[in-house]
Amino acid sequence: MSPIIQGIITVIIGVGGCIGYFYLSNLILDRVIFPPRNDDNGRNINRATMVRPWLFLFPAIFALGLYLVYPVVGSFWRSLFNRSGNEFIGMGNYATMFGEEGFRQALFNNFLWVLVVPAACTFMGLLVAQLTDRLRWGNIAKSLIFMPMAISFVGASLIWKFVYANDPEIGIINAVRDSFGMAPIDVMQIPFWNNFFLMIILIWIQTGFAMVILSAALRGIPEETIEAAIIDGANPFQIFFKIKVPQIVGTIVVVWTTITILVLKVFDIVYAMTGGNFDTEILPSYMMDYMFRDDGRATAVAFVIMVIVLPVMIFNIRQARKEMH
Amino acid sequence: MDNIAGTKSGLVWATNLSVIFLVILWLVPTIGLLVSSFRDREQISESGWWRAPFAVEQAFRINPEPEGVVQEGDLYVLEGNLFGDAGSGAVAGFGITSRAPGAAEPGMVYARFIVDVEEPDGTIDDTRLELAYPADGEPIFPAQDEDGNTILAETAVLDRALQVEANGDFRYLSDSEIDRAPTIYITAETPPEFSLENYDTILTSDNMDRAFINTLTVTIPATIIPICIAAFAAYALAWMDFAGRGFLIAMIVGLLVVPLQLALVPLLQLHNRIGIGQSFLGIWLAHTGFGLPLAVYLLRNYMVGLPRDIIESAKVDGATDFQVFTKIVLPLSFPALASFAIFQFLWTWNDLLVAKVFLPSNSESWVMTVKIADDLLGSRGGDWGILAAAAFISIAVPLVVFFAMQKYLVRGLLAGSVK
Repeated sequence: MSPIIQGIITVIIGVGGCIGYFYLSNLILDRVIFPPRNDDNGRNINRATMVRPWLFLFPAIFALGLYLVYPVVGSFWRSLFNRSGNEFIGMGNYATMFGEEGFRQALFNNFLWVLVVPAACTFMGLLVAQLTDRLRWGNIAKSLIFMPMAISFVGASLIWKFVYANDPEIGIINAVRDSFGMAPIDVMQIPFWNNFFLMIILIWIQTGFAMVILSAALRGIPEETIEAAIIDGANPFQIFFKIKVPQIVGTIVVVWTTITILVLKVFDIVYAMTGGNFDTEILPSYMMDYMFRDDGRATAVAFVIMVIVLPVMIFNIRQARKEMH
Repeated sequence: MDNIAGTKSGLVWATNLSVIFLVILWLVPTIGLLVSSFRDREQISESGWWRAPFAVEQAFRINPEPEGVVQEGDLYVLEGNLFGDAGSGAVAGFGITSRAPGAAEPGMVYARFIVDVEEPDGTIDDTRLELAYPADGEPIFPAQDEDGNTILAETAVLDRALQVEANGDFRYLSDSEIDRAPTIYITAETPPEFSLENYDTILTSDNMDRAFINTLTVTIPATIIPICIAAFAAYALAWMDFAGRGFLIAMIVGLLVVPLQLALVPLLQLHNRIGIGQSFLGIWLAHTGFGLPLAVYLLRNYMVGLPRDIIESAKVDGATDFQVFTKIVLPLSFPALASFAIFQFLWTWNDLLVAKVFLPSNSESWVMTVKIADDLLGSRGGDWGILAAAAFISIAVPLVVFFAMQKYLVRGLLAGSVK
């Protein structure tokens, strides 16, 4: 069966199944289990109201539980076993990993990524948001800078492979070097700095995200505070740094943490650009090296990523709870 | 307002200029890819895409048939026109080695001599020396060769010589009999050429069409199914009262950031155990699960903001929760549904990780990202035109969706980032 027909059938079954499930389960709840009959009418309606939320929630909770909660436990459990999964080795995988040069390199590089990428994206995003704020063609400019968001990490990597290409007739960087009479250079092979050239790709993609959110935050600043500052004789830079930025610190933190989380998940760029060679490995790509080969090691790496994400997760939950009350 | 603020016009200029600069900086990489995807393979390697609108000097190798060779003294001579009968092309330069295909200008003679050289220690050796000189003049030998040996010009013996006119007429001389086609290099200006050839190649011969369809097959169910599941859950979390609601919402906020990497190994094992294995069904389920936290979160945030009066008056009129949901909440939530649909579409279309793990690894099931990353970057590594076309095919659909529905995407981003 051709996959596209399979796909169409799946859509029909999936959507039909969802609607059917919700419709029928409601029907059964109201008509069969707790029918509002004369003698216990009120009690049955109340009971149905108590059960109904769980009917609505069941598919989502089931899927979330299976696909996101179970793996946290399942991965950790698997990481305690050896490569083939039949021998319990406790923290063995973690111990070997931390003793290995490649893993420490990946950890260090990932640390660099987490340090640089969110900061650069937030800074560039804020810069563009502020510059385009009063511009007549600001929306067009924003739309163009936002565009890389739609491009896959693989596509973006290929785009930047062109920019970084060794041949001065293809790579624009080496063309510029060439016009100054310098020898072409493969930026992917410069030790240490190649990491930053990889980061540029993610910064290029994510600046648009930061810009959109920060731009909305800038627009949300009460006009009076700015007017008051102008009357007091503040110059544009003072207005920006002393009036605007302090009022959007909350949003800046959100953007920063969101991109930090993303950085810990993206393996595509390193995978497509260098394959982890030339000391550019980061944790997600290091994990993919062991995927299919050594599940114990792969899950151990995944769990390390989880541990790094954990503080952000707790922070987010706290913020959400604060907002609800 | 701007005047009251006393904004200096210099600052306005600086702002405009820096925004223009940033926009160009952001666009240049993509434009390079787009331009390259339409260019001819030879032209790509001859000049950068930024020079694409201009003519390119390209080198050609021509092997004229050795027909009509005449003997003049000790030398054999072959004459003719490089472009066949008519002098249709314009030769910019010519030569006899691939190292220097345009070493001499039209109208000159380019010749190779065998000449004796005297090395610094006095030994006599012979070497080959290539020289260009006017057709009506004599070759002028340099005093020394590249290695610093003294050239003994009087010992020079002509090995072969070539003379090419701008219209392609050539005269080839050799001291040995010409029984094989001689190799002649010329350089000529070729006008810029743009075509869909790269697209044609990649779509017809490289299975990219298959990958495109696979991507589409993965994307559509993986976008629609989570919306159905999430919408009901979001309604329950927004408008129904039950114990544990706050806990569930916090849980979903927490799950938003769980790294996908954790799910790969346990779920693949699970899929293998229950017989789904690596398949399209598996990837649809996986994407559904991974997309749900954001879907529920976005939709709940939106639904909670709907006006309470409408929903309560409908309930007073006797509508059930199911009716309130399908008749009132769902239609009103269209913007949020659209936002999530775009997110999920872009995410599944662009995904590499989930596709690598949950789809079979044979080339029949490759989606475009896997096809590019695992196959084309290796097998077509130096073929930039093909690579560019492939990349552009894979990003065209998301770009269209992006520009057509940007409004919803921005709205979704604003609602979806945890405040």
